[in-house]
Amino acid sequence: MAKVLMKGNEAIGAAAIKAGCKYFFGYPITPQNELPEFMSRELPKIGGAFVQAESEVAAINMIYGGAGTGARVMTSSSSPGIALKQEGISYIAGAELPCVIVNISRGGPGLGGIQPSQADYFMSTRGGGNGDYRHLCYAPATLQEAVDLTIEAFDVADQYRTPVIVIGDGMIGQMMEPVEFNEPTKRNLPEKTWATTGTEGKRKPNIINSLALDPAELEKHNIKLDNKYKEIEANETRYEMYKTEDAEIVFVAYGTTSRIVKNTIEALRAEGIKAGLIRPITLWPFPNKAFTEIPAAKALLTVEMSMGQMIDDVKIANEGRLPIHFYGRSGGMIPSPEEIGNKAKEVLGGVK
Amino acid sequence: MAAEKVILAGFGGQGVMSMGQLLTYAGMIENKNVSWLPSYGPEMRGGTANCAVIVSDTPVGSPIITNDATAAIVMNLPSLVKFEGNLINGGNLLINSSLITQKAEREDVKTYYIPANEIAGEIGNSRVANIVMLGAYLELTKVVTVDSVIEALKKVFGPDKQHLVPLNKEALERGAAAVK
Repeated sequence: MAKVLMKGNEAIGAAAIKAGCKYFFGYPITPQNELPEFMSRELPKIGGAFVQAESEVAAINMIYGGAGTGARVMTSSSSPGIALKQEGISYIAGAELPCVIVNISRGGPGLGGIQPSQADYFMSTRGGGNGDYRHLCYAPATLQEAVDLTIEAFDVADQYRTPVIVIGDGMIGQMMEPVEFNEPTKRNLPEKTWATTGTEGKRKPNIINSLALDPAELEKHNIKLDNKYKEIEANETRYEMYKTEDAEIVFVAYGTTSRIVKNTIEALRAEGIKAGLIRPITLWPFPNKAFTEIPAAKALLTVEMSMGQMIDDVKIANEGRLPIHFYGRSGGMIPSPEEIGNKAKEVLGGVK
Repeated sequence: MAAEKVILAGFGGQGVMSMGQLLTYAGMIENKNVSWLPSYGPEMRGGTANCAVIVSDTPVGSPIITNDATAAIVMNLPSLVKFEGNLINGGNLLINSSLITQKAEREDVKTYYIPANEIAGEIGNSRVANIVMLGAYLELTKVVTVDSVIEALKKVFGPDKQHLVPLNKEALERGAAAVK
């Protein structure tokens, strides 16, 4: 299929429809408004439905209900709105329902601002809601990747019966790049025998619930979930290694920040400094293995549009092997390639 | 061409966003790597607007243009003041002299003064001032062909607005003539 030039928010919406998403429930918030706007225009054309809920809490519970019928459902919001949805996400994880949640994030805490930020890393990877649960979190760096991962997110959600988050900062939502809509790798998806679609008097009712008052029963459920999460960790972890073979300074960055870092790497290499990048594509599961594949590394430099959140996972993955440094901007400020390069030089100066 | 990094800026309604989109679209038609990044904020009608367009032979890294702009197209005075400093040495600075009477401060960039609103008025529609500026920019950089921009225009306008193509074509030509 030919490439088309699209805005990130619209491209994600088109990808969802391509993946078979029929129902969208949401509540407006900048900088992701083009996504619900697109869905409100396009879903009725394919016999789907768009509902603007009265609040984010209502929207995520509509997702809970829609997912329970086995339909492909999606909601989107931005940071404070996603925070409001956490209770519902925890319920959906507990009830083992598939859905896709898009977070086009902005600066915080609180209402914060509307400019690009990566300060939702903790909320996305540690579980903003209560209880022992995890969910996959994709962090695309380009619009093509946003399209590919959104399409795949629906399959992954169905395969593991889990909510899947797609997170991009405001730049991913607002920018335009050429995209094409490709078929994802075919997965063997189980039939949705659990869906509440009416018994027609022929079978026992399916019950969707996240309440289990018997501790033994709940523990059993927790162990089942944990096994599922281990399976996701084994099968779905994704990352990119960029010029890491000979890199002495290895950056760790995701999303649009990784693109800025790639500019830095080109500039540093032009000066004879061997720099590379580990780019997590899944934030959870975090690509721990990548940190054993950097033979020449002398130091790690984590770059985020936050005051330092992913760095915790970098520390876990590093297992104390290399010194870890941090450079971050926050509140909607975007780091420049030069700033990052200067930090790298400072770090290397310290290593020699 | 390594990478052309251009900042397009003006006030809301001057068509800086669509000018950038046309350039981006044309680059895509020519199978180049492209990105279009708008400023966004709680802006009102008539507020400032700008976008960053990258057209490159190699994959686009950061879509943000900081102090490495190869060109800036400024449609009003606040844009000149704000973005003049973002240009590299020898970069192209295209100033809409219909609305900007001030001269550029930098002497290490190539500055072109184009009375875009007047030219647009002469060909019958002041709203194509942005396309006049784009025409000048294409003449200077040849980053994409005029034909590709026309093709992009046809796609962006859709079938209902094909009658606007000749006007826009003339605007591109007049813009080019202004810097020849």
